[in-house]
Amino acid sequence: MAKGLYLTPLFRTAGDCGLLMEFGNAIDPGINQRIRAMAGVLAADPVPGIKEVIPTYCAVIVIYDPCVTAPDTLKPLLTRINQGLSDTALAEPDTVELPVCYHPTLGPDLESVAGIHNLTPQEVIEIHTRPLYPIYMIGFTPGFPYLGGLSEQLHTPRLDSPRKRVPAGSVGIANNQTGIYPIESPGGWQLIGRCPIRLFDPARKDPILLKAGDLLKFRAIGLDEFQELKGRQN
Amino acid sequence: MEIFKTIEPGAHTLVQDLGRFGFQQFGVPPCGMLDKDAGRIANLLAGNTGNQAVLEITFVGPTLEVLCDTDIAVTGAEMGLTINGVSAGNWRSHCVKKGDLLVFKQAVTGCRSYLAVTGGIDVPEVMGSRSCYIGAHLGGTEGRALIKGDLIKRFDAPLMGETRQLPEAFVPGYSHEIELRAVPGPQDDSFDEGLALFFESCFTVSHQANRMGYRLTGPVINQRPYTPSSIISEPSLPGGVQVPPDGQPIVLLAEQTVGGYTKIATVISTDLPRLAQAVPGDSVRFVPVTLDQAHRAYRERSDFFKALTAMDLQATGFDPKNLNQRLEQHLIQI
Repeated sequence: MAKGLYLTPLFRTAGDCGLLMEFGNAIDPGINQRIRAMAGVLAADPVPGIKEVIPTYCAVIVIYDPCVTAPDTLKPLLTRINQGLSDTALAEPDTVELPVCYHPTLGPDLESVAGIHNLTPQEVIEIHTRPLYPIYMIGFTPGFPYLGGLSEQLHTPRLDSPRKRVPAGSVGIANNQTGIYPIESPGGWQLIGRCPIRLFDPARKDPILLKAGDLLKFRAIGLDEFQELKGRQN
Repeated sequence: MEIFKTIEPGAHTLVQDLGRFGFQQFGVPPCGMLDKDAGRIANLLAGNTGNQAVLEITFVGPTLEVLCDTDIAVTGAEMGLTINGVSAGNWRSHCVKKGDLLVFKQAVTGCRSYLAVTGGIDVPEVMGSRSCYIGAHLGGTEGRALIKGDLIKRFDAPLMGETRQLPEAFVPGYSHEIELRAVPGPQDDSFDEGLALFFESCFTVSHQANRMGYRLTGPVINQRPYTPSSIISEPSLPGGVQVPPDGQPIVLLAEQTVGGYTKIATVISTDLPRLAQAVPGDSVRFVPVTLDQAHRAYRERSDFFKALTAMDLQATGFDPKNLNQRLEQHLIQI
């Protein structure tokens, strides 16, 4: 059984339009898988009155229209759906591979991160590209993936003073987290590389590239390939 | 068709509709008009019954040159609108002509004014909404606030040929002392005495108040001992009252995506427009309500708008005496 998984989900009230269904209290792939399955069922078979379903680390947030439905109707329904989920019914997550150029011009903190851990930049790249990172949640900015699974060898504190502008595509590390900035924004993460693929493009049919539940793999590329892929995006 | 040329943009003028929905799971907040009541009423007064985009004008208003004859309606904060130097009333529509000059000044009551035009503001729809989200530079006028020289377009729709006005009885008063009804939770179990103190106390709106949220100052709200001050990050819904370790609550609004602090209570959606008009220095009290009471308020507001949509809002011929009767008749018909 997943670490921190409750025997029965806990419902919490989030105002007059929000219902939280909390499955556990830890960051754990098993809990997140269940949440993904739950969100999948609700997306495939919409429930009247449910306007939006948001999967998070430990909970599914359901946004409903109080003129159509109410928690008294939704709670038993969601409980039944959850009981009907069998572990075998869970679809295998998709694995998304993203190219990252770990060149010092694109990852200005790569060398200092390596220095902090007594590693060479090449070792940092090897450690960072090794895991399959589970995407637990998307948020913070459009398309920003909250990833699990960063090797302890690379846990690095945030910068003392955040940068005012972090370019879109920057790959960073903050403590036990790693992620990619989808849009230019301020940020305090240690930047070790950059991804040429757009994670967020409002003009695209699917504006958001990554989705919660997918697995993410980073592939190291050189500066030439970075420029070529970047050029192809425009 | 182009209807306004921006002579002065105002402090922070944004195109907003009712919001961008379905993308919160991807980190895109709902955005939309902060005071939905005033925004929806502006649309009704301009002859729009759908989700047309309006201009949300904050604190200091713009100066706009009218490029072709159109109907406009203004609601929300009183900003002393003049048309060619002549004072023009709030909570009503006006027929404006090519060459007219609209001047909004500083807000005297409330802080957000809404300007609707017949047909609605014409900007491209991005991910199902025309609302501007400055954080990600999307929607509205090129993903930013209005700037000098911007040309504003509207969608084609027949002009009303009449002026409309909101009956005086329905015009909300913007007080400097506001009460917000709130439902405890989602993490009210992290507080014990803190919860009682939260609902007993008076807070003050700080200067950190914007479309993301309103930070309040007041007595320190403590969590129960030995409960973690932060939770595993989760998306924030509008109205959530987050309590960071300093014990000073923040009411989250339309542009907050993910938060990691415990939320003691959630302001009911019916009362969020009142907070949207609050200015720094205003006092705020939270009144606990049950979820049933919150839902009743929500449905009453929904019925009110249905009735208002069905009502004849022509500016002449109001008889205040039978107004409630007329509204009730419409409520019965729903």
